[in-house]
Amino acid sequence: MPELPQKEVEEIALLARVHLSAEELADMRSQLGAILEHFGSIAAVDTEGVAPMTHAVPIDLPLREDVPQPSLPPDVALAGTAKRDGDLIVVPAIIPGGE
Amino acid sequence: MTVDPAYWSVADIARRIAAGEVSAVEITEAFLARIGKVDPELGAYLVVDETGARVQAQQVDLMRGANLPLGPLAGVPIALKDMIVTKDVVTTAGSKILEGWVPPYDATVVEKLRAAGAVILGKVNCDEFGMGSSTERSAYKQTKNPWDTTRVPGGSSGGSSAAVAAGLCAASLGTDTGGSIRQPASFCGVVGIKPTYGRVSRYGIVAYASSLDQVGPLAHSVADAALVLQAIAGHDARDSTSLPSAAPDFSAGIAAGVAGLKIGLPKEYFAGEIDADVRTALAAAVAALKDKGAEIVDVSLPHTELALPAYYIVAPAEASSNLARYDGIRYGKRADATDLLSLYSRTRGERFGPEVKRRIMLGTYALRSGYYDAFYKKAQQIRTLIKRDFDEAFEKCDVLLTPTTPTAAYELGAKATPLEMYLGDIFTLACNLAGLPGMSVPCGLTSTGLPVGAQLLGKPLDEATLLRTGAVIEAAVGLGDKRPRGFA
Repeated sequence: MPELPQKEVEEIALLARVHLSAEELADMRSQLGAILEHFGSIAAVDTEGVAPMTHAVPIDLPLREDVPQPSLPPDVALAGTAKRDGDLIVVPAIIPGGE
Repeated sequence: MTVDPAYWSVADIARRIAAGEVSAVEITEAFLARIGKVDPELGAYLVVDETGARVQAQQVDLMRGANLPLGPLAGVPIALKDMIVTKDVVTTAGSKILEGWVPPYDATVVEKLRAAGAVILGKVNCDEFGMGSSTERSAYKQTKNPWDTTRVPGGSSGGSSAAVAAGLCAASLGTDTGGSIRQPASFCGVVGIKPTYGRVSRYGIVAYASSLDQVGPLAHSVADAALVLQAIAGHDARDSTSLPSAAPDFSAGIAAGVAGLKIGLPKEYFAGEIDADVRTALAAAVAALKDKGAEIVDVSLPHTELALPAYYIVAPAEASSNLARYDGIRYGKRADATDLLSLYSRTRGERFGPEVKRRIMLGTYALRSGYYDAFYKKAQQIRTLIKRDFDEAFEKCDVLLTPTTPTAAYELGAKATPLEMYLGDIFTLACNLAGLPGMSVPCGLTSTGLPVGAQLLGKPLDEATLLRTGAVIEAAVGLGDKRPRGFA
């Protein structure tokens, strides 16, 4: 596979929520193209009827009693956030230009 | 009394402290002094927690003074890869996006180490979020290989391997998603174990690829690695993939030898381009095992070549999902932005490094609507084929022996393109995809004096056979008292 189309890389960057500079975008087009070409070989592998693997040792989904467990106090849990207002996290408006 | 415990074994340190020959504080001070002297050149540590280490050491000495029972690792200084969350000690996973983040809790493995009496010296360097094979992808510093400081220590647990090799901790913990314990262990001439998936809790481990990640020890010897593994293994209700089975006594059978054991050599692992010195070292390990009574059998793992593409779809796909949480809201720094979408995109664009962005993009590509079956599901099916290969091989043998890497440690900057870097992981990936336990044990030096590692792969939950086989290799063709020049 040659370079990925610019539009496709831009779409993926938007989905991934990663802002790329023009230079990064150009690098990504060729690097992802080369990687996907190399790894595209798996398309030809016959996996008809093969179950996807989930765990090396099969285990049941563990369940616990539905009782409250100790958890972090809000002040401690929120200590890593960049902007706070009391026990709330402050973020910019969801709609650009809004409040 | 001045002590130089840099290369004392884990058991030795614990025994001497318990016997009162030396105090935990003396041991800790000796390691802290050595780190201060040696690490500026080596670059293994991101954070040295001098205060925390001293407090833990003092506690061990107080407990001993009061005749209270000491844990199995009482006073043993340990370094942690920065992918492992530590309460009140900055944890960055080698990324600028977590710069300055002080976690409010300890990972389960850290709780367990503390309960065993270990002294946590600090956090060691790694490729950003574990994504790399040379520790050149850390956002903070370049860790060098103690055997040759112009070369990489391997990765992504390169700080963990370099710190052990240079005597800057008695043992360390790393994480292994596609070889990130075994490959740096091999490059730095130390023992590294990736336990069976689910053997060690992932609670509090910064997630890279959740279906592949495991924590494990790096240490000077097989016996040391077994002691540290013992301390961290076992069921944890806080990790839904944690195996319910209790951990056996890993040290018990180490000296059992290999007489009667069948050791498989998978032909696919010896067919490709392997450095001549690596081949020679592996041949010596095979000869030693045979000499000690093991039966060597040829086996085949026909889907081996699919491990690389399957890994580089599964791991980035899971990473793209796991790393979605780093958006500038709950942890670390955030970019200036006037709306939420650009806050996410700009924070991530500014603070993730190039390799992390590449893998997030690759994973997002593979998980897009309409692409899931062609990439992620297909790769998961290939994992089943790879697992079946191993199941069939283990009908003919008890353990597999391969090179850990095709070459010894390469020079800094040698792997120019991302793809070139990925191709170096060829021998270590299948183990993670199949969830098996794996181990790298030193089996000699190249003609230029660089360590070579032999990789052992075992049946699920059969770390014991890896340990006893590794012990035979170590005794016969290991590095003995050889230490990196300049760090001995």
